[in-house]
Order: sequence, then structure tokens, then C-alpha cells
Amino acid sequence: MAITHPLTAALPSTQEALPDGPVVVADDVTLAFAGVVAVKGVSYEVAPRELFAIVGPNGAGKTSNFNLVSGVYQPTSGSMHVLGHDVTTMKPHEIARTGVARTFQNIELFENLTVVDNLMLGRQQHLHYGAGAAMLRTRRVQQAEVANREVVEAIVDFLDIQSHRDALVGMLPYGVQKRVELGRALAMEPKLLLLDEPVAGMNLEETEDMARFILDIRDELGVTIIMVEHDMGLVMDLADRVLVLDFGEVIANDVPSVVQRDPAVIRAYLGGTDMAELEGTR
Amino acid sequence: MDWEVIFRNAILAGISREAAVYAIAAVGLNVHFGYTGLLNFGQVGFMSISAYGVGISITQYGAPVWLAFIIGLLAAVFLALLLGVPTLRLRADYLAIVTIAASEIIRLTFRSVALTDWSGGSNGINGFADGFYVWNPFDPSVAYGFGSVKVFGNQAYIIIVGWTLAVLVTLLVWLLMRSPWGRVLKSIREDEDAARALGKNAYWYKMQSLILGGVLGGLAGIVLSVGQSTVQPDVYSPPVTFFIWTALILGGVGRIWSPIFGAVAFWMILSLANNVLDQATQAGIVPAAVTAGVRGGSIRFMIVGLGLMLLMAFRPQGVFGDRNEMMLADR
Repeated sequence: MAITHPLTAALPSTQEALPDGPVVVADDVTLAFAGVVAVKGVSYEVAPRELFAIVGPNGAGKTSNFNLVSGVYQPTSGSMHVLGHDVTTMKPHEIARTGVARTFQNIELFENLTVVDNLMLGRQQHLHYGAGAAMLRTRRVQQAEVANREVVEAIVDFLDIQSHRDALVGMLPYGVQKRVELGRALAMEPKLLLLDEPVAGMNLEETEDMARFILDIRDELGVTIIMVEHDMGLVMDLADRVLVLDFGEVIANDVPSVVQRDPAVIRAYLGGTDMAELEGTR
Repeated sequence: MDWEVIFRNAILAGISREAAVYAIAAVGLNVHFGYTGLLNFGQVGFMSISAYGVGISITQYGAPVWLAFIIGLLAAVFLALLLGVPTLRLRADYLAIVTIAASEIIRLTFRSVALTDWSGGSNGINGFADGFYVWNPFDPSVAYGFGSVKVFGNQAYIIIVGWTLAVLVTLLVWLLMRSPWGRVLKSIREDEDAARALGKNAYWYKMQSLILGGVLGGLAGIVLSVGQSTVQPDVYSPPVTFFIWTALILGGVGRIWSPIFGAVAFWMILSLANNVLDQATQAGIVPAAVTAGVRGGSIRFMIVGLGLMLLMAFRPQGVFGDRNEMMLADR
């Protein structure tokens, strides 16, 4: 499929220079729900353009950590900085406006709207006109609508979902919905992209496609990515750095090749010292 | 059986000011439920607070009619804020509970003995609408219409005003829902968490929707009170809310023309049920004992209820709805 609209041209602000220093700084973050401590004193930093993975056994606090970055939860103690903003007490929609986009573990798309409408909703922050002007369909509105449709088309091309453009999202197969959700996040022109289990429930072919998209987003657009994922093979192949959590605590934070051989990680996953299974997933 | 009477009455019911009032209120409910997913079970509360706003500001404070209308609509905005601030951050059910309670609190407050001097107690407020009929271009003593379908001047006036407003608010909502603002409302209906992740303040959008739909409910209440030249507290009782819901569901939730279609259909079906029963009783087809006294009135609602059950069984999406969307909701 020929790419008619290059994504780099369609999403210019993703390639703007970031402020100096790390994109995400979590400093001694703790999250407790009425006594149950989901995240315990977690600290880490994510560098610009890094593909940072968070892994860990079920219930280790991966998604909780994720929700702390996106503002769904606010830390019980500690602080969280994203793209130079102190987001410790910010609400999800406020954090999103600083340039943070996310996908969800269980797809959360607008099912009764078309693919194009879902992607256009991602463009909403880039529409600088009100409902009044939209009702009168002024010239400026028409131009903005066309410009944003072009961005959406570029994303549709990139994700290879042209044939589903006008379908109601709820009617599409699972793998396509995952792509649409990634597309909606991309449409926001994010500087930081949070992917919550991007290949969960996918077959090998779909997983490889998704891996390609993720790498392209990082390499071509220069978007910093934090990814929570269970597929160890994918994480070890893609990630620049891996944060391993167990029972809410950091047990390792390093490049994949080091993390793989870390005895604490192997113990957390296998309860023993046999590293064959971790190796075997590659 | 006199079919001419039956159909004439059905047409009169379909174009009546009540049908126009229900249509306007249902457009508001469609904004709430159809486009934003807000469960408002107290639309009649918005109708009554605006109707009383108009009545009280004219009779108590001598306000001119145009100002009274604005005050009436502002009262609906106030009610929306009052209901929305505590409930819109919570799950959808809370708004439902609060709205149904609020509509009864409003009715009981306005009809209370303590406030009789101000809001007229159970008699309500009368004779405040003269300033509106000054603009009536029709002769009140002449019947206007086609064939045997005729209404007197004042009725013709309020019917035309009511339906003009119904069409105008329908067009307004249509334009709004095509705009990016409307797209955000629909996204909140579909998935509030995702809307937030896209940088949208879902709470504030829901508030705007509650205000818009509430103001449309208020407009319906004003048309009703001015049309009847009176505000009676018990006219604004909870069944009205559910008749408006019936009209909306009949037409199809979240469709632009369904409030108008549903309101007309609702009143026509009600009139048909009533008149067919009457005529059948007179002709001896139905025993008089079945429809005697108040029973006849109850039976027509039973027929409408049965009809609605059949509609839900065979066409749950309403007349204009999309079946696919109904299916998606279950997944």
C-alpha cells in the first residue's frame, strides 16, 4: 500500500524539541486504596524518545503505575512530573492536554461512532473554533475541518485501515479496533504515548504489525512511549529499557538483556532460578 | 362508528399545543439521553420551574412578557446547575434519582399552602398570559383550519408558535450535534474515560448538555403554561416526564426527528385509543360497563402501554433508530 500522506508531515508537533531532562519523572510514588498498597515507593525516569516498558506478574501494579502517569489515579504520596509539568494532582483531561495520549487495556473506543469520527475526536484539541462557528460553517471552520481530515487520513493510511474508514467501530474485528485506538491516540499529536497492553489477545501476525507501528511511531515521529505488556518476546525485542514490578515495588530497571538475567526478576516470574522459560519466549 | 370524528380528533391531537410541548421537551431529553447518555427522569421539573418563573415574574413583579420568558429560561439553567453540580461527577444513576425527586419537590413547593400568596398554592397562577396574546394575529372568535379540522384563533396562534419553536430547536440541536461540540457529547455517551483521556473535561460537557436540554424543557413548560393561560402545579406531575420519554423512545433515541415524530404519534395514538373506545361503546361493540367513568381514561393508557411493549419487543430502537447500535450496547 503506497503511503500518500506521510505521517511526519501530518503530525508536526510530535517532532518538536522536548524540554531538557526526562519526559517522565516518578519520585517515590505510592498509591494505596484503603490500606491495600498497589504501588510502593516507585521511582523511575523516562528519557526523551525512549521506548520504556513496564512489566511484571499479574497484580504487580503495572496498570496502576500507568494510571498514575495519565491521572486516572493520584499518588497517595510522592510526586509525578510529565513533560516538565507537575501532574501529581492534575486530572486526566488536564494531563492529556499537556501532550499525553493513551490506549486502554480493554479497548475503550466510541463504539457507535465511525472510525473517522473516533479519530477526529482525537483531533479535538487541534480544532480552534467553537460550536457557534461550526454551526454557521464559516470558511475558517471548513478549512480547519479539511486540514484535520487530512491528518486523520494520514493516520488511516499509516495503520492500513482505509477500508474501515466509515464503519461503526463497534462492528469491527478486535485487531482492527486495537489499531483504531492507537490511531485515535496518535491523532492527538502526543509527545508521550502510553500503550496499555497493545498486543493483548492478538495472534502472531497482528502482533508483528503492531510492533512495526510502535517502532515507526517512535523512530519516525520521535514520540516517547511507555508500554505495559505481558508479551515478553515483544518487550525484549522492542524496549530500550524495562521496569520490572512485583507486588507494587521496583525489582529491576535496566536494558532488556540485563533485566532478563536479573535473579530477582527470574524469581518473581518463575518463583525459582530457572531462566529457561524467559529465554524460551524469545 | 363515526370514523370522521375519530380521525378528526386524532389529527387535532397530533397537531395540538400539547404535542408541540412534548416535542420541544423531548428534544431536550434527546440532548440529555440520546446524545450525552444522561438519565433525566425529571424533565417535567424543568418545565414547571420555567412556567412558574414566567407566571410569578408577571403576576408578582409586573415583568413584561419578554423579560418573564427570559427569567423562566434562566430558572431552568439554575435548576440544571443545582442538579448537575453534585451528581454529574457520579455514575449516571445518581442524576436519575435526583432529577425525579427534584421534579416532585418543585411541584410540592409551588403548591404548598405556605407559599400560596406567591405561587398560588394548588390553584396555581392564572391570567398572566394576556401580554402574549396581544401579538396574536388571529381573531380569537374565528375558527381556522381545513375541512372539519378547525381551531379557534388563540389555539391556532399557540399551535403555530409551539410548532415553529419545535422545528427551530430541532434544527439547532441538529447543527450542534454535527459540530465538534456535539461529537464530544457523543463520545462521552460512548465512553467517558476515553473522552477524558483525549483531554476533554467530561464533567463540564455533561453540565452544558444538562443545561441545554433543561432549557428546552423549560421552553416547553412556558409554551404549555402560556397556551393554557395558567400554571397548575398538578399539570407538572411525574407522568408527564414519562410520556415525554415515551414519545422519544417511540421515535428512536438519538435521532434528530424522533422527538417531533414521537410526540405527534403519542398524542394521535392516545386520541385514537380514546375515540375508538368511545365510538365502539356507543355503537354497542364494547359493553358500556368496560369503559364507564374513569375506566375509559385508564384503558386508553393501557392500550398505549401495550403498544409500547410491543414496540420494545419488535422494534426496540424506535421508528428511526438503528438496530445495530442497540446490539452494540449489549456487548
